[in-house]
Amino acid sequence: MAIEVRIPTILRTFTGGAKSVEGSGDTLDALIADLDAQHAGLRDRLVDDAGLRRFINVYLNDEDVRFLGGLSAPVKDGDTVTVLPAVAGGMR
Amino acid sequence: MLTISRALIDQVIAHARADHPDEACGVIAGPAGSDRPERFVAMTNAERSPTFYRFDSMEQLRVWREMDDRDEEPVVIYHSHTATEAYPSRTDISYAMEPSAHYLLVSTRKPDETEVRSFTIVDGVVTEEQVQLAGGGVE
Repeated sequence: MAIEVRIPTILRTFTGGAKSVEGSGDTLDALIADLDAQHAGLRDRLVDDAGLRRFINVYLNDEDVRFLGGLSAPVKDGDTVTVLPAVAGGMR
Repeated sequence: MLTISRALIDQVIAHARADHPDEACGVIAGPAGSDRPERFVAMTNAERSPTFYRFDSMEQLRVWREMDDRDEEPVVIYHSHTATEAYPSRTDISYAMEPSAHYLLVSTRKPDETEVRSFTIVDGVVTEEQVQLAGGGVE
């Protein structure tokens, strides 16, 4: 089973520079746990006590996983997950 | 140093003025590794706020995929401050996640003058840089 996960520049320090890695799991949560086992520390950049970190966008194929159940979103072989840190900021 | 055409700076300023008093935001894409900003892409501020901006998540996916297809990267990430100076705020710094990008700040706090300044933000460290207009002249 292989799910492609596209990694943004800022997180490639965890993947040895790789832009794309593979993992497995039935849900996004399981997939992230699998990735963390291969690339230690990656999970902590994506997940906090409340679930997926607010300013990290995670997409399953063409959809934002916020609308698919977040960490409990089901994933399957052949899916592509894309991670993009949100571009944000403000006055203060 | 950020080297950029006057035309692109003018597009950024025009966007900031058009959205004032909400913060405007966007990207200027360029060939990967070239450090040349070439393609202006105004982004929707999903927060539509005078004090905060955030790229719409689906628009960001589309634009990032487009850059990837075109072998480009976000050379400049710009946004405006509508009541404060054109300097990265604490939230700007904490959310800066593109280590090779030039963070272009524009302030529209004065009606007849627009401040334009550029910075790199790497590991929480802000370094101001000169804005060099391509074809001569310094901002």
